[in-house]
Amino acid sequence: MELDTSTMTALWGAVIVSGLYHGINPGMGWPLAVSAGLMEGRHVALPKALGALAAGHLLAMLAILLPFSVMSVLVGWQMEIRIGAGALVVAMGLYLLINRRHPKVLARIHPTRLVLWSFLAAMAHGAGLMLVPIYLGICGLDVGQGGHEAARQLMGPNIASAFIVALAHTAAMTVAGGLIAVAVYFWLGLRFLSRTWFNLDVVWALSLVLVGLFGIYFAYNGH
Amino acid sequence: MTLRPDPTFHATAALAMQAPVENHGFTVMLSPGGDLPDGIAVVDLNPKSKTYGQIVHQVIMPNKGDEFHHFGWNACSSSLSPLSGHAFLERRYLIVPGIRSSRIYIIDVKDPLQAKIHKIIEPEEVFAKTGYSRPHTIHCGPEGIYVSTLGGGGADGTDGPPGIFIMDCETFEIIGQYEMDRGKQDKHYDFWWNLPQDYMVSSEWALPPQFENGIVPEDLLSNKYGHSIHFWDLRKRKNIQTIDLGANHQMALEIRPAHDPKKSYGFCGVVVDTTNLQGAIFTWWRGEDGTWQAKKTITIDPRPEDPANLPPLLQGFGAVPPLVTDIDLSLDDKYLYVACWGMGEMHQYDVSDPMNPVLTGKVELGGIARGAKHPIGKDFVFGPQMVEISRDGKRVYWTNSLYSTWDEQFYPGQEGGQMVMANVGENGGLTLDKDFYVDFPKGYRAHQIRLEGGDCSTDSFCYPNV
Repeated sequence: MELDTSTMTALWGAVIVSGLYHGINPGMGWPLAVSAGLMEGRHVALPKALGALAAGHLLAMLAILLPFSVMSVLVGWQMEIRIGAGALVVAMGLYLLINRRHPKVLARIHPTRLVLWSFLAAMAHGAGLMLVPIYLGICGLDVGQGGHEAARQLMGPNIASAFIVALAHTAAMTVAGGLIAVAVYFWLGLRFLSRTWFNLDVVWALSLVLVGLFGIYFAYNGH
Repeated sequence: MTLRPDPTFHATAALAMQAPVENHGFTVMLSPGGDLPDGIAVVDLNPKSKTYGQIVHQVIMPNKGDEFHHFGWNACSSSLSPLSGHAFLERRYLIVPGIRSSRIYIIDVKDPLQAKIHKIIEPEEVFAKTGYSRPHTIHCGPEGIYVSTLGGGGADGTDGPPGIFIMDCETFEIIGQYEMDRGKQDKHYDFWWNLPQDYMVSSEWALPPQFENGIVPEDLLSNKYGHSIHFWDLRKRKNIQTIDLGANHQMALEIRPAHDPKKSYGFCGVVVDTTNLQGAIFTWWRGEDGTWQAKKTITIDPRPEDPANLPPLLQGFGAVPPLVTDIDLSLDDKYLYVACWGMGEMHQYDVSDPMNPVLTGKVELGGIARGAKHPIGKDFVFGPQMVEISRDGKRVYWTNSLYSTWDEQFYPGQEGGQMVMANVGENGGLTLDKDFYVDFPKGYRAHQIRLEGGDCSTDSFCYPNV
C-alpha cells in the first residue's frame, strides 16, 4: 500500500512536471501570448491569449486521453492496452527524431486563432501522447485498489480522472508558460526571446520515447 | 538546424538596429547581353579592414545570360515567428534568381570569403512546378521562401498571369503557386507583408514583352504598364483589395511596409507619371473600417533640359524625368530613401509622419545629361538605383544599373558598375563617403545589394517595438 501511495504521488508528479515542461517549451505557445499583448498594446490581451492557448492544449489532451479512458472497459486487456499505448508513444518519439521537418500547417493559421493553433501544435508534437502512459498508470492503480469492479463502473471514474489529469497538466503548463510570458512582457524584454529559445526538438522526441518505455515497463510490473 | 536561433534573427526591428554592424555585402554582378556569366561580388564593408571597399571574393555562375536582378535570404528574423516556431534555421544561403533565364541559384555564404554555389534549380523545374517564369523578389516567410515572378507560362511569359511561388526553406524544393484567388492581379513585381497582421501587398511592373527588349514607349504613353497595388489575406492566399493608383502612374514598383508590425502602413514608389513626368511615392494604409487606402505623398518634378543633351527616348519631352526606381525604409521607420535614377539623385525623406514626408537630405550623382561625379573625382555611370540601408540606419549603399536593356535606352553609350556609400547625419542629411567607391570588374554592372546578417529590405519582424 505504501508503495502504491508513493507511485501514485510520482505519477501525479509526472502529470505536473510534464505540464511545466510543455509550458516552458516556446513551441507550445508562450511567445504568442507575449506577441498578442504587445500587438494589441493592452495588458489584458496577454492573459486572454494564455487562456486561449490553455483551452487548445486542454482539448488536445482530452482528445487523446478520452479514447483511452473508454478503452478501459476492456479491463481484461489492460496490460495489452498499456503496452500498446507505450509502443505508440515510443513510435511518435522515433518519428519526430527521424522526421525533423516542422509542421508547416501551423504557419497557415491566422495569428488570432490561438485555441486552434494550440490544439494543433499539441497534436502535431504528440504532447497528449506524452501523458497517456502516465494516465494509464494512474487508472491501473485505481483498478488494483478497487479489486473486481465491473467494467461499466470503471469507465466513469476513468473518464473523470482523464479530465483531472488533463486539467492538472494544462494548469501546470499555463502557469509555467504564463510566468515566462509575463516576465518577458513586463521585465525581460524581447531580447530574452531569441537568447533563451533552445532547440528542444531532440529532447522532446527523446522524452516521448522515455515516457513510452516507462509505460511499457510499468505495465509488465503491474503498476 | 542549430541549437540556438541564428544570432542575426531579431524579435523586433529595434533589436536588429542594435546588432553588430555589417562586415560584408553581397552585390549582383550583371553582364549586359550575357557576354560573361553573372555573379555575386562579396564586398568588404569593414572600415578597419585592409581590403575595405574592395571586392574580396566573386561567385561566378556556370551559365551565361541569367540576368541577375534581385535576390534574398533563405531565412530571416521571421523565423522567430511565434506561430511557426521555426527558429533553428541558419541565415546562410542567398537565393539568386535569373530574371531572363528563370534559373535559380542557391549560394552558400556561411563564410563570405568562401561563398559557393550550393544548388541550381533549372528553369524547366520552375516552369513545370509553378506555371510561372522570370523569378524576381525573394522573401523568407511563414511556410518557406516566397518568390515573386514577372512572367507567366510560354516563351514570352504571357501565357497566364505571373504570381508568387513557394520554395521549401531547407531543401529548396519548389512547392508550387501561392495564390488561391488572385482577383484582378495580372502583372507582378514586388511584394512584402506584415506577418502578425496577416496581410501582404504586391505591385506591378509590366509583362515580359514590355521590358525584356527595352522599354516600349508606345505602351508607356498609352499607360499600359502596371499601376495598381494589391492587398492580400496572407494566409488565405486571397486578393482582398486592389487599388488602382491611376493609369498615369506608370510602374508601381517597390513595396516597403513599416518594419514595426504594429503599424498598418507602408510606401510604394511609382517610376513616372505620364502626364507630367513626375516621380511619386504613395503611402498606403488601413483605414478605420478595415479597407485599404492609398494617397500620393511625395512628388518629384522633372528637370527641364535641352533636347540636344537627351537620349532619343526623351528628346520629345525636353526634360529629364526623376524615374523613381527603388525606395528603401530604415528599420526605425523614420527615413525613406528614394532613388531618382533618371535625374541622378538620392533623396532622403523623414517619414515619421507617413502622410507628410519631409525632404531631409539629397545627394547628386550621375544622372541623364548631368553625370555628376563622385566627390573623389570618379565617374558614376547611369544614376543611383538599387539602395540598401545598414541595420543601424547610419550607412546607405547603392549601385547604378536599372535593367540591362533599359540602361542603354536612358544612358546610351555608358558602361560600367559602381557601388557607393553615404553617411547619414545625426539629424538626417546624407553625405557621400569619400573612402568607399567600388568599381566593378570590366564587363559587369552592379545591381541589388544584400548586407551580411540582414538589411532593411529583407527581414520581417514578428513582434512590435516596445
